[in-house]
Amino acid sequence: MKFLEKYLHKMEPHFIKGGKYEKWNPLFETLATFAFTPKIVTTKGTHIRDGVDLKRTMMTVVLALIPCLIFGIYNTGHWEMAVQEGNRNLPYFTEMMAKFLTGLTIVLPVIVVSYGVGLTIEFMFGMIRGHSLHEGFLVSGMLIPLTMPADVPLWMVGLATAFAVIIGKEIFGGTGMNVVNIALTARAFLFFAYPTSMSGDKVWMSGLGDKMATNPEGLDGFSGATALGDLASFMSDKATVAGEVVQSNEAVQNFSSEYTAWESFAGMIPGSIGETSTMACLLGALILVITGVGSLRIILSFFAGGFIMGLLLNALGGNPYLDLPAYYHLIIGGFAFGAIFMATDPVTASQTALGKIIYGFLGGFLAIMIRVLNPAYPEGVFLAILFMNIMAPIIDHYIVQANINRRLKRLKTA
Amino acid sequence: MSNTISIRKGLDIRLVGEATKEIREVSVTGIVAVSPLDFHGLIPKMVVKEGDTVSVGDILFFDKKKESIKFVSPVSGTVQQIVRGEKRRITNILIATDSKQTAKKFDLKKISEYSSEEIKNLLLEAGFWSSMKQRPLDIIADPDNEAKGLFVSSFDSAPLAPDYDFVLNEDMESLQVGFEALNILMDGKVHLSSKPNSVFSKLNAVTHHTFEGVHPVGNVGTQIHHIDPVNKGEFVWTLNIQEVAAIGKFLNTGTVDPTRKIALTGSEVHTTTYLKIVKGTTISSLVDNTIEGENVRYISGNVLTGDKKELTDYIGHYANQITVIPEGDEYKFFLTTGWLGHGFDKFSNSRLFPTFLLPKSKKFRLDTNTNGEERAFVVTGELERVFPFDILPVQLTKAAITEDIDSMENLGIYEVAPEDFALCEYVCTTKINIQDKIRQGLDLIASECM
Repeated sequence: MKFLEKYLHKMEPHFIKGGKYEKWNPLFETLATFAFTPKIVTTKGTHIRDGVDLKRTMMTVVLALIPCLIFGIYNTGHWEMAVQEGNRNLPYFTEMMAKFLTGLTIVLPVIVVSYGVGLTIEFMFGMIRGHSLHEGFLVSGMLIPLTMPADVPLWMVGLATAFAVIIGKEIFGGTGMNVVNIALTARAFLFFAYPTSMSGDKVWMSGLGDKMATNPEGLDGFSGATALGDLASFMSDKATVAGEVVQSNEAVQNFSSEYTAWESFAGMIPGSIGETSTMACLLGALILVITGVGSLRIILSFFAGGFIMGLLLNALGGNPYLDLPAYYHLIIGGFAFGAIFMATDPVTASQTALGKIIYGFLGGFLAIMIRVLNPAYPEGVFLAILFMNIMAPIIDHYIVQANINRRLKRLKTA
Repeated sequence: MSNTISIRKGLDIRLVGEATKEIREVSVTGIVAVSPLDFHGLIPKMVVKEGDTVSVGDILFFDKKKESIKFVSPVSGTVQQIVRGEKRRITNILIATDSKQTAKKFDLKKISEYSSEEIKNLLLEAGFWSSMKQRPLDIIADPDNEAKGLFVSSFDSAPLAPDYDFVLNEDMESLQVGFEALNILMDGKVHLSSKPNSVFSKLNAVTHHTFEGVHPVGNVGTQIHHIDPVNKGEFVWTLNIQEVAAIGKFLNTGTVDPTRKIALTGSEVHTTTYLKIVKGTTISSLVDNTIEGENVRYISGNVLTGDKKELTDYIGHYANQITVIPEGDEYKFFLTTGWLGHGFDKFSNSRLFPTFLLPKSKKFRLDTNTNGEERAFVVTGELERVFPFDILPVQLTKAAITEDIDSMENLGIYEVAPEDFALCEYVCTTKINIQDKIRQGLDLIASECM
């Protein structure tokens, strides 16, 4: 690697202040600091520093997302094939290579657009402010594609990413300064701006919308609904499971044979690209918790909050959705993905130890409440987390105030 | 006696280069310096001028704001130069030694005959007060304030720190006299914190406390917080234990003993040892051909709170050790030794590196590279793991950065010194100079609230 280092040394004078490419210094610095940990030394304070830095931290989160990504690619490929063959019950573990490659052709462009648009904007802001790329978007750029439905148009991904990076983050000052989670801002933007492309039963399988519009042959009775979509119908007069009308007294039974607990847990069901597999999410959680990057407090309390809300709904009972076993809520939709990768974002979550538990618990609790009780939103996880992002500073405020009061009390008793 | 207080939040950074327990005496030759810069916020008013002859214990300058606080010469000889830096600020008083170490003689009574005020004046006159620090603000104590307690730690838990059990082994009598004098000085208690089964637990005239656990357990700030924390409007004083012994020696002999024992440590020192030195000696005569390599950093003090020095500089007033570590001013390819490397060469409190898998006996050779660039705070919970105070470190640091005086007061700025945040600064993923921010916060408090 000596030649690369020498080359960097040679190029550096052009990019520093006064050099001919001075303006492009942020770009140069980003690439240089990616390839080499820079030769910055301590000047004041401690003379040695921990090995850890933000690049390694963020890269670990990206690594933790890989299981979800790989599974998501395969799952997307599977449902694309199911659409092409008009068979919702297509065996899952056949033609695996073909499914993976098909999935790749759908997912890869989404990732490229997300990173492309996001990084370009980040660089532009970096150049205006004269700093190199800050690492936050490495994670956001991967999270955004994984929260998208498979059939999302690429321009929407680009638009949502641009919105999230500019409005969600850069106007607040960049990485570490944002109030709400970047990836969820992108998701929420599309959900409210283009609801027909982000919900319903035609968007979750790649190609379904097109095929229905142009060549509906073989799609008679084929449903592209997700588990959550079906469950939402339980709250209406006409309950359906995978497109078929069911009686309300059999609804839960039909539902759990269409989406068995194992299939839901493993993620072999339609849904957003990276969210379906609770198993893959848990693998990511394992990486986050072992390395200490993700807060175990938040993850556990989020699951606990969701589960307890599920139990409360069971106790309430009265219609098929309320009767759905509580554990089902944790393995369908984006619950696990949200709990593990979204709620744990350290910038937007609560920052105090106790605050994290309250924040996580309420997040999970609200996610299931919105999911079940608000018919307008089939999925409540992203809304609950965004809401809790806003509430996190208030939670922290009371924790900090408690600390201050302890100190004041000491003064009075002294 | 008292219960053992156990400190679990913290971190022992395991470095190569602990001092071997031998003592080498460094002879007094050449130039010795006293630097007003060692004392934060001090504006010196000179008493001597260039060409004056001084003995050990003669006053060189005093504190312009508090004229009773005096600073004395550690050697006998001639004042060679008063070095000034920017804005004519005095940076060093250089004294050419005559190597005789003739000392000014003080007339002393028996210790039991002294009043509190007399002890105070004696310490001020003989220059010992410069070592007395106060909290809040972590500056030289204001002798006109009433302090609710004096805190001394009998052990240092910082990386490669000297072992006072060894250093003060022969000075137990002086220590006892020193503590008796301090007991007369103080209306409040004199607190001495030690490790379990310490040799210092036999001392009288002090209130003993026992601490165990990880660094910063030996920091006096940690101990104050767990014994009797500082509230707004209160003052406590702190003193290094070697200074207590020196005060005792002074009261026994009537002359100021300017020698101290320090540890010569660090991975770049091939024969680590303890040194008996005179305060203000040059770094070069201290390290004296024991250094491997050329691109190294000399630190007056430990790696967490010490000052960067050049070979031609002088050891700082408060330093009890010299640490020499490699400079890290080189590019590190990201996959080998850089940010995405295996990381077995790094010491990290984060489990992103394999440090936590390695045996506790493994020691590390760390350099001065920051291992990353400065960013805004992102990661939460990491500072709290090494900060054994009931204080929220991130919130307090942010209050200091934003110059929010109300929040700083509420969050406990009066209790802390920059050194309490040294470990926070070490573990910080986003490489923020936390000690510096806290110091700026304290300066703001000093100018606005005190």
